[in-house]
Amino acid sequence: MKTVFEKTKGLTDKELHYCPGCTHGIIHRLIAEALEELDVLDVAAGIAPVGCAVFAYDYFNCDMYEAAHGRAPAVATGIKRTTPDLVTFTYQGDGDLASIGAAEIVHAAGRGEKITTIFVNNAIYGMTGGQMAPTTLIGQKATTAPRGRDEEHTGMPLRMCEMLATIPKAVYVERVAMHDIKHIIQAKKAIKKAFQLQIEGKGFTFVEVLSTCPTNWGKTPVEALEWLERNMIPYFPIGNFRTVEEGK
Amino acid sequence: MSKELWKGNEAIAEAAVRAGCKYFFGYPITPQNEISEYMASRLPEVGGCFLQAESEVASINMVYGASGAGARVMTSSSSPGISLMQEGISYIAAAELPCVVVNIVRGGPGLGGIQPAQSDYFQACKGGGHGDYKLVVLAPNSVQEAVDLVQEAFDIADLYRTPVLVLGDGMIGQMMEPVEFYPIPKRELPEKNWAADGTRGKRPPNIINSLYLKAEECEIENLRRYEKYAAIQKSEVKCETYNLENAEVVCVAYGMTSRVVSNAIDTLEKAGINAGLIRPVSLWPFPSGIIAEVAALPGVKAFLTVEMSMGQMVEDVRLAVSGKKPVHFYGRTGGMVPEVSAVVNEVKRITGEEI
Repeated sequence: MKTVFEKTKGLTDKELHYCPGCTHGIIHRLIAEALEELDVLDVAAGIAPVGCAVFAYDYFNCDMYEAAHGRAPAVATGIKRTTPDLVTFTYQGDGDLASIGAAEIVHAAGRGEKITTIFVNNAIYGMTGGQMAPTTLIGQKATTAPRGRDEEHTGMPLRMCEMLATIPKAVYVERVAMHDIKHIIQAKKAIKKAFQLQIEGKGFTFVEVLSTCPTNWGKTPVEALEWLERNMIPYFPIGNFRTVEEGK
Repeated sequence: MSKELWKGNEAIAEAAVRAGCKYFFGYPITPQNEISEYMASRLPEVGGCFLQAESEVASINMVYGASGAGARVMTSSSSPGISLMQEGISYIAAAELPCVVVNIVRGGPGLGGIQPAQSDYFQACKGGGHGDYKLVVLAPNSVQEAVDLVQEAFDIADLYRTPVLVLGDGMIGQMMEPVEFYPIPKRELPEKNWAADGTRGKRPPNIINSLYLKAEECEIENLRRYEKYAAIQKSEVKCETYNLENAEVVCVAYGMTSRVVSNAIDTLEKAGINAGLIRPVSLWPFPSGIIAEVAALPGVKAFLTVEMSMGQMVEDVRLAVSGKKPVHFYGRTGGMVPEVSAVVNEVKRITGEEI
């Protein structure tokens, strides 16, 4: 019999703990497939965040680190500077990367650390139960913004791709989304491209993935995908913000 | 090799390089900047990497990553910067990653000052970060001893898979003293088969982690780590004594303060007063056993702990003496250094002599 599909070797057999309809599982698979296709699983090191993906170290089938909240880019820096041949990636959520870890991500990009950051933006703190994130949209309800995020009180959501794209050593900055198959395929291409550029030693690479949180958004998985498309993409436009192929 | 005049901070950095440390991550803060500056110049010569981090928070997490990948790595800072590192130090202790952290202590609390102090003893020895953990804490009292202890610190770190803190002060960092770099005896060290430096097709993935959501598992991990701490307490106590024979008053002091106290002891001897010194070199494990033994001697009337703080190590001295003899305290704080005459007077007050 001909094998037409196989689970990627980049993931372990551990059962994922994510909520039904959550897109973390898909994003894990895209990263794992990219690492497998590039044949670098045995020289890969991933850094899990604090947040919903905290157990990512159990899911990726390569050497893994659990970092303190927001510190994954600093941990990745220590790994990459001592062991430059390791294909090193951080997997971080919006609270981890854009709030408590804002300094670490900006300076890792500034130094041009040859790492890949996968930034999963679902506009909310998932693990801790639905608190407001730095990427929560205006009017979006969160447990710490019960009347919806108020621009006067808490400002506007941070657009990380747009910020990081101003940094010369950030050689690849792209925003993708998980709301339909077409965009998932595009996301896979972006993730693979980011790893490819890292392997070529070009510089810091960053892929923001717009993701859903049906549980904390109070929506069904399908409603959540629709909400992402209708509400997140207008504020967080998808596309490439920066590609410097010739950079070194 | 003959003796050379070295500034404390630079000697500490060179000692680390000679111990095989190839990686250093740090952030500027006085009075320890010469360590970073020396490393920035020196590490590229040995094929290593110096990197100035965006903060002490980042430095210690870079150390976490570097150590996790199996490298010999160090960071240094001074008191406020070490406070910022406490989160990372707790994670490093929990994930059992070997590394050396140097604290060239300055006066505090808050921004404090930049003069020498010993007011970070609690932070160093009682768990500056969250959770149940210990650091091995070594406190040199000369530039030569700093050089020796920094080199040994890397071996202790690797042997027990634990962070080791070298606790100096602004004086030891800034002063120059004659130093001889000689090869220190190397310990037999285990292979770093736990390092997450790529499976390279040879083993299953390694995970560097400190998360145990099940309370039972977290407890088991802590109990296991405390067995390791018990082994360290058994084997790694370092302590020096001076003039204890016939001592009526036993002083306890560490680091630079111990040199002030030994001068005071010599002065007292000329005046016919017998005082001695116990100098803890390892602050953790603390030399409680030796202090307890001395406290039991019939000739010993009292203890005097001298520190550049409002009284921190004195609590451990009191625990060790355990009520057998009175324990007095004399300290200067905020960057002030005790004077010999002041220590002499404190001892005289205890023995009832006229001052």
